[in-house]
Amino acid sequence: MTVPLPVFVAVPLVTAFLLPLCGDKFKRLATLLANAAVLSLLVLAITTIGRTDSYQVGRWSIPLGINMVLDGLSSLLLLTISVVSAAAMLYSVRYMEQYTAKSKYLSLFMLMLAGMNGVVLSGDIFNLFVFLEIASIASYALVGFGCEHEQLEASFKYAVLGSIASLFILFGIGLVYGNTGTLNMAYISQAIQARGLNHGLTFALAMFITGFGLKAALVPFHAWLPDAHPAAPAPVSAMLSGVLIKALGLYAMARLLFNVFGVSDTVGWVMITLAVLSMALGAFLGIAQWDFKRLLAYSSISQIGYVALGIGMGCVLIAEGNLKWASVALLGGLLHLVNHAVYKALLFLTSGSVEMATGTRRMDQMGGLAARLPFTRVTCTIASASIAGIPPFSGFWSKLILVIAAIGAGFYWIAGIIVLVSLCTLIMYLKVQRYVFLGELPDNLRQCRENKGTMLLAMAALALLCITMGVLVLVPALKSSVLDPAVQVLIDRFEYSARLLAGAN
Amino acid sequence: MPYALCFLLFTIGLLCAVVKKNMVKIIIGIMIMEYAVNLFLIMLGYRLGGAAPIVSPTDVNPEGAIVPQFLASSVDPLPQALVLTSIVIGLGTLALMVSICIRTYERYGTFDITQIRRLQG
Amino acid sequence: MKGMTVIVKTVGSWVKVLIFLFGIYIVLFGHLTPGGGFAGGVILAGSYVLLLLAFGREFTEKNLSLGTASKLDCGGALLFAAVALAGFLYGSASFFYNFIQQQYLAGHQTAFKLVSAGIIPLENIAIGLKVSASLFMIVLLLSVFRPELSGKEKE
Repeated sequence: MTVPLPVFVAVPLVTAFLLPLCGDKFKRLATLLANAAVLSLLVLAITTIGRTDSYQVGRWSIPLGINMVLDGLSSLLLLTISVVSAAAMLYSVRYMEQYTAKSKYLSLFMLMLAGMNGVVLSGDIFNLFVFLEIASIASYALVGFGCEHEQLEASFKYAVLGSIASLFILFGIGLVYGNTGTLNMAYISQAIQARGLNHGLTFALAMFITGFGLKAALVPFHAWLPDAHPAAPAPVSAMLSGVLIKALGLYAMARLLFNVFGVSDTVGWVMITLAVLSMALGAFLGIAQWDFKRLLAYSSISQIGYVALGIGMGCVLIAEGNLKWASVALLGGLLHLVNHAVYKALLFLTSGSVEMATGTRRMDQMGGLAARLPFTRVTCTIASASIAGIPPFSGFWSKLILVIAAIGAGFYWIAGIIVLVSLCTLIMYLKVQRYVFLGELPDNLRQCRENKGTMLLAMAALALLCITMGVLVLVPALKSSVLDPAVQVLIDRFEYSARLLAGAN
Repeated sequence: MPYALCFLLFTIGLLCAVVKKNMVKIIIGIMIMEYAVNLFLIMLGYRLGGAAPIVSPTDVNPEGAIVPQFLASSVDPLPQALVLTSIVIGLGTLALMVSICIRTYERYGTFDITQIRRLQG
Repeated sequence: MKGMTVIVKTVGSWVKVLIFLFGIYIVLFGHLTPGGGFAGGVILAGSYVLLLLAFGREFTEKNLSLGTASKLDCGGALLFAAVALAGFLYGSASFFYNFIQQQYLAGHQTAFKLVSAGIIPLENIAIGLKVSASLFMIVLLLSVFRPELSGKEKE
């Protein structure tokens, strides 16, 4: 059954507006409805694997109308978003009981999900901007959800920096429209292929890299992330760190760089520089943190650097004409995107479980929780081993592919930096394990209990994925159906526009 | 030339949002940036001496097609649709930031962001 | 929040009705003249803001409570979604397909009249409803200020 593409945006939007109607009397119905919507989106996302489609909304043909495009990259990201949001929604059934306005939380979560799905599926650059704004505004509200001191400050900082990023992107969209006369990404690509980049379009590209880099928290635009991600409730942190910075920041950047603007050497080296800075800074600053979630946030900055490194290396290698190693680099980058979504979400969910049991986030006040919280301990260890790159967990494979690509392309210093930052990541997570789970149990924490129910189910599902996701690369059938189409979309850069324009005529 | 002035206004707003310490002034800086971008978008579609792109019964010839003089003299309506959407988005962001500002004033008694960071501890 | 003097209250109660009517005009004629759902919705919310300023918060809450405004808000959005979905179910057409074709009003020339342009007036009404309810809720919620919280937290 082929599902029409607007369903991915319409289902969360309609659910978001049905939920407040349930009101205070039907809270269980609201939770059930939200979970049913998210799980059905997961099933629908699985059916999109291997399908390429273009849907013209309202039957207005492009370039007059807006189209929604599904290809390999979009379906990979849809799958990632659906898996992480299903786990976060299951977890929040029990976790959000601590807060009072649960139906508003579910509404905002659904709006954020609708925005992310819209960004991934949009074929028109202004439509991408509108959905990006929907997801961003919903996330500003979700970060400040508890209205405590820390959350208000973090939410304000995030809102200010996020708005500045969006205004840069809108300025860039205006420049692109002024120089090409159309807003549809396929037509813009065709115009750029015909006429090349002039000064206005280069300036627009710089604005886009700044704006989307701010959304993706690349250094030097990372200042909001260490405040915003710890302050948010745990399932929201999982969504923000796991999928929001990737779908809004890195996906949009990759789509614009590869399919619309065309790659060039300069842009690739800029991306590699930003990526290396992010990796190094995130890892070094993360080791020094004593707040559990703040350490995880710095680790997110570092891991986003890996994905950006994959994209940057792919860019440089395609510009040099070395397509074989470019596809390896892009495969490593995209696989790391998917892996990081899963294990970072799991880490934030375990940190939420620890916080709910002990009431604190500071690691120097915890210790010896392995005996009291056994399930959380096991899942946290699996996720830490994954992110540090220990075989056979999933993180090892993506880092290995990135190192192979760096060595094969001749960038030996990049391979060295990847290995060094992986060592720093290992140190970070050994610190987490030592201070949170091993050691002495303080007296005030002797009574804390494990949390049961759907939280454990969500964490168990993500842990299982962490262990088994290595098969995505090792089993050729899965690799060729899920990962290879995504890489192929980025490698055949102008194939995107050629396919859409041929279909329209 | 007018586009450079738009960019100057954008830079002024950016400077205001980054340098000021009062939360309300930061919000005003972001709003100035937003006005600058909206102005830039509208100016993109402008045609000197053009008319508003509203089709009236005199602009349609008897077969139902639009008269060429209308097409030659109207301004581009697409940036106007973009600006309408952008104003709505700006309204949503402004409402959210102002409500965070009010809640912060209720809790801290001040709008100064340096004070808020000190109180967090 | 207290209201204002008798003069303001009397004139306000007359002018509010005119503003509301003007807002409905802007929403309904959105496909013919500038305006449409968002601009008309802001004017409709403006009439309620006049009520809030002239009469005070308690009177406005009795007039249109927050719960009712929230339900109107969701109702507007769901009406928009329903019209979009109806375009989808009509034949095998797509979302937002303009399925109210002109031939249903055969025999009349329907351009530039009020009943024309298919689903656009319906969508304008839905958006006007949603925007007015949302802005009213925002202004009402922002007018609550609890300074006693800051007194406790300073220590």
